[in-house]
Amino acid sequence: MSKVIVVTSGKGGVGKTTSAAAIGTALALRGKKTVIIDFDVGLRNLDLIMGCERRVVFDFINVINDGIRLNQALIKDKRVENLSILPTSQTRDKDALSQEGVEKVIDELRKEFDYIICDSPAGIEKGAYMALYHADEAIVVTNPEVSSVRDSDRILGILSSKSKRAEHGDAPVKTHLLLTRYDLDRVQRGEMLKLDDVLEILAIPVLGVIPQCGSVLQASNLGMPVVLDDKSKAGQAYKDAAARLLGEDIELRFVNPEKRGLVDWLFRRSA
Amino acid sequence: MKLSAAEEASKAGGGLPFQIRGSLQTLLSLKILRPDDPAFFTGLVEKVAHAPDFFRNAPIVLDGGAVKAKSPDCLAEIVERLKEHRVVPVGLQNGSAAWNDAAVELGLAIFGAGGASVDDPTVAGRGAAAAKPAPTGRPGRVVREPVRGGQQVVAAEGDLVVMAPVSSGAEVAAAGHIHVYAPLRGRAFAGMNGDEQAMIFCEQLHAELLSIAGIHLVSEEIDPRLLGKRVRVTLVAERLKVEPLP
Ligand SMILES: Nc1ncnc2c1ncn2[C@@H]1O[C@H](COP(=O)(O)OP(=O)(O)O)[C@@H](O)[C@H]1O
Ligand SMILES: [Mg+2]
Repeated sequence: MSKVIVVTSGKGGVGKTTSAAAIGTALALRGKKTVIIDFDVGLRNLDLIMGCERRVVFDFINVINDGIRLNQALIKDKRVENLSILPTSQTRDKDALSQEGVEKVIDELRKEFDYIICDSPAGIEKGAYMALYHADEAIVVTNPEVSSVRDSDRILGILSSKSKRAEHGDAPVKTHLLLTRYDLDRVQRGEMLKLDDVLEILAIPVLGVIPQCGSVLQASNLGMPVVLDDKSKAGQAYKDAAARLLGEDIELRFVNPEKRGLVDWLFRRSA
Repeated sequence: MKLSAAEEASKAGGGLPFQIRGSLQTLLSLKILRPDDPAFFTGLVEKVAHAPDFFRNAPIVLDGGAVKAKSPDCLAEIVERLKEHRVVPVGLQNGSAAWNDAAVELGLAIFGAGGASVDDPTVAGRGAAAAKPAPTGRPGRVVREPVRGGQQVVAAEGDLVVMAPVSSGAEVAAAGHIHVYAPLRGRAFAGMNGDEQAMIFCEQLHAELLSIAGIHLVSEEIDPRLLGKRVRVTLVAERLKVEPLP
């Protein structure tokens, strides 16, 4: 059975698009037929991060409004089998998304894909609402800081009251916390919230903790989802998160300081 | 059947260019007790200055219940002084005809009798709540899911029991008592129809605002030693009392 998963946060710049691209790619690497949809109409970041911006002819908005067939707009990833991207338009705005139009596209994608990942825009307005409306599950991307946690809390409220599942009285949207840009040094210095602090407020299960990592920006500049970089810690953490989404029980990494070797320790002391 | 022009336009597919919906707000109310008291305005200004973020641009309803036998002459000055301090008076409740006229003159709305706050000490004193069917103790509403920021849960009758956290930016309100068996980080309004016997109980106090029968306490007024504690909040002599529970 297909699953619609929204990647959302309330706040901008927390890593939604990075996470949608990484987790979608990781699921496809695990053999799941996956499509990632860009709901951030007018900004269009997903195709850049996925490195397919030069292959966009038609987009999500054309499918909704201009009678273009879904297959004409879907872009198959060249590196990963089973992975497709549905890009959005840079010239239209959120009003181009109609409730019925989105519904039709999602229903059609459900027939063909195992996972439909919706990359939400920031905010709690129409665009974000459209992205989360059809969700069966939600990945709530949060950074370890108070304002991000508050915004995630609001989004959780909207998921539990305004989603299709809530409106129809179905089982609630299953929610997952993805704590990203986790900078262990700053957390330890008390400049950022600890995982436990965030959990205490949001009180939802953890899907993963993604370390702050230079490899993320590097990968996005190359147009490559970070999970394709085997050396990247963030990439590994995203692969773990995707495995947990598939029901595997994997221990969290990158949340505690690594045990340092003696040399490293001496070096640190004198530094 | 005759359609209005707007309805015809909407039938023709245009749709009304606006939408009117009922909405439920919890408003602050300012009960005018002794307007001639020389300390009235200085006290008011002090209260506002004490919690500027809480009051800034906040709507407030003036309650004339205690003074409606007197002349409404002071109303204009109260409205003006509140606006000077960026508190926005939006209406009057429990006024007499003369008070209501004065309020309309000043552009205020009239909140119907039996509105947000209904006790009338000039008539019934503290027995007012007992004279009406007591709202507390009745089966109310039980909530098992977290109340998240931006959400509002109201038990219009009876008590509200919340078995999950109330986030900051969330509001819980009840005609009767409020019980939160988890951290209370948002705002809680017990006795919202004026029941002064209503209480608030919570497992972990981090509330942004506590209110019973319209008398409130903002978080910066709460004794910091009680933060994070299991507490009971009651209304005693027109003030909120927060006590730790064993
Ligand atoms: N784990 C991470 N480590 C370092 N930088 C990150 C990480 N995750 C995201 N970023 C950076 O944060 C910025 C915003 O990410 P993006 O995924 O576009 O956020 P959103 O879609 O929520 O607006 C980008 O510059 C991205 O490279
Ligand atoms: Mg984005």
